[in-house]
Amino acid sequence: MSEVDKSRVAARRALVAGAAAAMAGVLLAPGIRLVEVARAAPGPNKPGEPVSSKVRWGLLIDANLCTEGCQECVLACNRENGLDGRTRPTDSQWIRKVELKDLRSGRKASAPVMCQHCAEPPCVDVCPTGASFKRADGIVLVDRHTCIGCRYCMMACPYKARSFIHETLTTQKPEVPRGKGCVESCTLCVHRIDRGERTTACAQACPTKAIIFGDLNDPESEISRRVAQVKTTQLRADLRLNTGVRYAGL
Amino acid sequence: MNRRLLAAACLAVAVLAGAAQAEGSRVPQPKFSVDTSTQCVAPPEEMRRTHMDLLKHRRDRTVHQGVRGGDESLTRCIACHASKTDGAAIGAPDAFCQSCHAYVGVKLDCFECHQGRPGAAAKMSARSP
Repeated sequence: MSEVDKSRVAARRALVAGAAAAMAGVLLAPGIRLVEVARAAPGPNKPGEPVSSKVRWGLLIDANLCTEGCQECVLACNRENGLDGRTRPTDSQWIRKVELKDLRSGRKASAPVMCQHCAEPPCVDVCPTGASFKRADGIVLVDRHTCIGCRYCMMACPYKARSFIHETLTTQKPEVPRGKGCVESCTLCVHRIDRGERTTACAQACPTKAIIFGDLNDPESEISRRVAQVKTTQLRADLRLNTGVRYAGL
Repeated sequence: MNRRLLAAACLAVAVLAGAAQAEGSRVPQPKFSVDTSTQCVAPPEEMRRTHMDLLKHRRDRTVHQGVRGGDESLTRCIACHASKTDGAAIGAPDAFCQSCHAYVGVKLDCFECHQGRPGAAAKMSARSP
């Protein structure tokens, strides 16, 4: 390539780079630039703003990484949400570790099971007072102000994810109010999400990083990339509840 | 001039009489120990009548829309109104919420579920402007 050609190529490159930079700074409307639009959408909601349905929070649990007998996620959940960690039939359990064994091959698998945060939650369908509801960002919650403790939702849940509080409590965490006479379940650490944090207590505590928390609607998020790469299953997929908690390696 | 002096004297007498009546009143008043060095989100007269409406309005936005914090959240209430003696808004005769609710005979349901003591997070949010 001659010297003239080289300089021409260099000039063209500079022009392209400049145009790209200019495009990024283009004003779409007064005060709104393309860069800002790209950064704003579809991003998760900010603290202090109402939650948006552009986001769908979920978990991906990799049973290949989950260690048999390890209870770290359960313990972290108990600490975060002020549960006493007892496992009598009348105690609250937000996460349970489940050990599976294929009787023919003898293959073992282990995974935590919690509220699956269904897109079509049966607990919401049956609630007579509207206390059981799904937030715009996909988190299924109980509004304890309207819960009358009838426990229909506990019967409707195919995952046995909900618990009823039988006894008076005094040791609640300030950010996780709980009380006698209400049904409760995993909140996906909603108080953390609303503060702007992007992890749950269980995902943070997992020593093997078997639990990934993230936005299933954002194709760039780690959870979405993993779901696109690896075969994942939803528990009781036959019920077509479209769960927000997905499992790999079951 | 004389009339103005008389009016001032009358006012002074009225103020003194008012003060004496408040001090030696036979009507029992609720007693509580809280830090009164800072100003609440609204004047006390207004808060006495409307605090429940402020809290009820807030709670649905918090639970359903995830809008937390702000001046009218229950954690902010407790952060300031926790008792100086045992650090809780309930559970003691001089606790702020409990003493007044007992005085007016109104059931206090919030703390069946909510924690009446400020946590580390509540303390931090109280300090920030």
